[in-house]
Amino acid sequence: MARAAQTDYEIVAREDFSDATYLLEVRHPLMARAARPGQFVIVMAQPHGERIPLTLADFDRRKGTVTLVVQAVGKTTREMQQSCHVGSALHALAGPMGVPSHVNGAAKVLCVGGGLGVAPMFPQARAHKEAGATVIGVVGFRSRELVFWEDKFRGVCDELILCTNDGSAGLRGLVTDGVRLALEKHPDLAEAVVIGPPVMMKACAEATRPRGIKTVVSVNPIMVDGTGMCGGCRVKVGGRVRFACVDGPDFDGHQVDFDDLMARLARFVPEERRALERWSESCRAKEPAPLEETLELPDPFEEVHGG
Amino acid sequence: MASAAKKKTVRTIPQLRAAMPEQDAGQRSRNFAEVACGYRLEDALHEAERCLFCPDPACVAGCPVSIDIPGFIRRISAKDFRGAYDVITATNLLPAICGRVCPQESQCEGVCPVGETLEPVAIGRLERWVGDKAIAEGWSSAPHIEPNGFKVGIVGSGPAGMACAADMAKAGCEVTVYEAFQEPGGVLKYGIPDFRLPNAVIDAEIENLRRLGVNFECNTLVGRLFTLEQMRDEMGYDAVFVGTGAGYPSMMGIPGESLNGVLSANELLTRCNLMRAREFPQYDTPVPVGRRVAVIGSGNTAMDALRVCLRLGAEKVHCIYRRSRAESPARAEELHHAEEEGVEFHWLTNPVEILGDAEGGRAGNVKGMRCVRMALGEPDESGRRRPLPVAGSEFEFPADVVVFAIGTNANPIIGQTSKIRLDKRGYIETDAELATSMAGVFAGGDIVTGAATVIEAMGAGRKAARGIKRYLGLDPESASPERLFGIPVSEKNFARIRAL
Repeated sequence: MARAAQTDYEIVAREDFSDATYLLEVRHPLMARAARPGQFVIVMAQPHGERIPLTLADFDRRKGTVTLVVQAVGKTTREMQQSCHVGSALHALAGPMGVPSHVNGAAKVLCVGGGLGVAPMFPQARAHKEAGATVIGVVGFRSRELVFWEDKFRGVCDELILCTNDGSAGLRGLVTDGVRLALEKHPDLAEAVVIGPPVMMKACAEATRPRGIKTVVSVNPIMVDGTGMCGGCRVKVGGRVRFACVDGPDFDGHQVDFDDLMARLARFVPEERRALERWSESCRAKEPAPLEETLELPDPFEEVHGG
Repeated sequence: MASAAKKKTVRTIPQLRAAMPEQDAGQRSRNFAEVACGYRLEDALHEAERCLFCPDPACVAGCPVSIDIPGFIRRISAKDFRGAYDVITATNLLPAICGRVCPQESQCEGVCPVGETLEPVAIGRLERWVGDKAIAEGWSSAPHIEPNGFKVGIVGSGPAGMACAADMAKAGCEVTVYEAFQEPGGVLKYGIPDFRLPNAVIDAEIENLRRLGVNFECNTLVGRLFTLEQMRDEMGYDAVFVGTGAGYPSMMGIPGESLNGVLSANELLTRCNLMRAREFPQYDTPVPVGRRVAVIGSGNTAMDALRVCLRLGAEKVHCIYRRSRAESPARAEELHHAEEEGVEFHWLTNPVEILGDAEGGRAGNVKGMRCVRMALGEPDESGRRRPLPVAGSEFEFPADVVVFAIGTNANPIIGQTSKIRLDKRGYIETDAELATSMAGVFAGGDIVTGAATVIEAMGAGRKAARGIKRYLGLDPESASPERLFGIPVSEKNFARIRAL
């Protein structure tokens, strides 16, 4: 095993799925070897940057790379959209963090991804498939142009329900509509795994609750260190305070207090807006033509955004 | 020199302790520059004259790492400053840090005989002066090191890890220190603010370790990127030291703790110190800046949080503590500085609920706390009088930021990812030599003892280093026929012996 002498986190591939969503593949052989589905990383794009948690969207042990899918929603992720090119490097990349998802070989598993959660659902769906499960996938996008990785999902799902808000591809409706359809068609679902915006995970957990289907959600609170040290990511699960970074990020969706999670995600909204405004102004100062930039932050509670 | 020293008595030495030049309290409470500016040469020479050079020095026994204190002070008196530095660094590689953050009043200075009649010799300030002089002059203590071929891995780059790394490197081992954050230093970087311990000082001390050959690897979360078992069995480490710190901050478990504006001191300090949120938006990390801040707790971390909030621009900063000033665990100087800077102390007060501006829903921001007055009862297991709530004394206390600085629990990552034995509370179990249940793996600092001080962690790092040396057979005194290449023969770990 090579020593962990890695100081340069080189971006070896990039793909843009839409105006807002982009994929970065970063060289980190040790991390690619250690990563398990459900884990996340902390990224710092530049020395003055913030530490942001991103759930791993994929990892390739043979190539020695990990894959991140990022949505440009705030200052940091928009700046990364401009600055992260093939050949450039991230300032810091730490992980994998968090307890890996428990893939227990259930017979039939529902894998649900919406918004930011579509990409990180992929390694989970693949792991369940490899463990011998029948995998029913549900992924949601706003419209046909924003759809990505449909082929990858079809490759690991026995059945894939693709949803778009406008009906331009697949089922017209929200991810939760796809989940309801899957629940009707498959009375024998043993487990559901849901990744996406909190409001979506909440709705999916409510949909599975009457049937008593074990439902695992991956929560995404604000973090600093990602190692259990700051407690910024604390969530209420079954009335107990847990830290998403070291006790999660997977928790029982029927036990998570999603309202609490959503309220805590809004902790720094004024600061985020201020950072974004300042950054957008500096971009305008550099660009001769003014950017058509909307300064409104996307609503973090919207069911499917951007993706 | 020695004859002059013989005649010294408490009556003949300078009676007054050299004062520490400090930034004015009104000015400094709004900036992050260092509060205590450090002795000038004349201060150091004056203070060195106050040492009695006791033949059986109590201060050395009072120092967790047993620095030859009269030895280095004698060299300051003789203006052999480099010599003073060499004496200190024979046992403590980090004088500029320890001189600043050690609780000297309960260690070396607390047992100084001068202190029985006068103020004790300002040992910490002298140590700091020597450490700062070394940084300014570019001195480093890089002795000739004979490589011995052993590889030692250190998990965590805080004070325990740094101290262990220094000793193992000096013993000739190839040492790599792993740090999860993007830069080394651990709690010295993320926890202790610049006005108490400037980052430049930490970086200089880390540079000294690098000159000893210590290799630092950041962004590396041991346990998750690779495990302790992998370090030992696959990565070729002959011994591993775990000094990950306690981490996991405690909350009280009272209603309202998830309101926005409630955070742990660790989060506040990490955002402000390591991530430089105080320079937001030049730096991207934000920090909640309260107008009226309440910090719960009265230890050193609480003092740091209080004083950071003042400097971030809070109008009023309040310390809420359930016991009285006499029981406050903070270092005397920190408490004194906080009082000078205008922190308001509410002794014998405890919060019972944090109040929000809305019931449920999204707009859950802190608007205050409900507190209760406390009275001191009989002494508890810590020897301090137990605080008990006074019936009917509840009152509301307005605040828009509430910071918990009431201690930490064990960080779970190493326990989650290895078979190492933990105690009931999740701390790593060790024997007297700080060896853990895993052969070749040692541990020390907060992850073994629970939250303690920087110097205690350094002491643990050095103690573990002695244990590792014995384990590797580097300590000639401990060589015994029961051990082969430092491994107990009874262990029959032939794979490891072959690997050697």
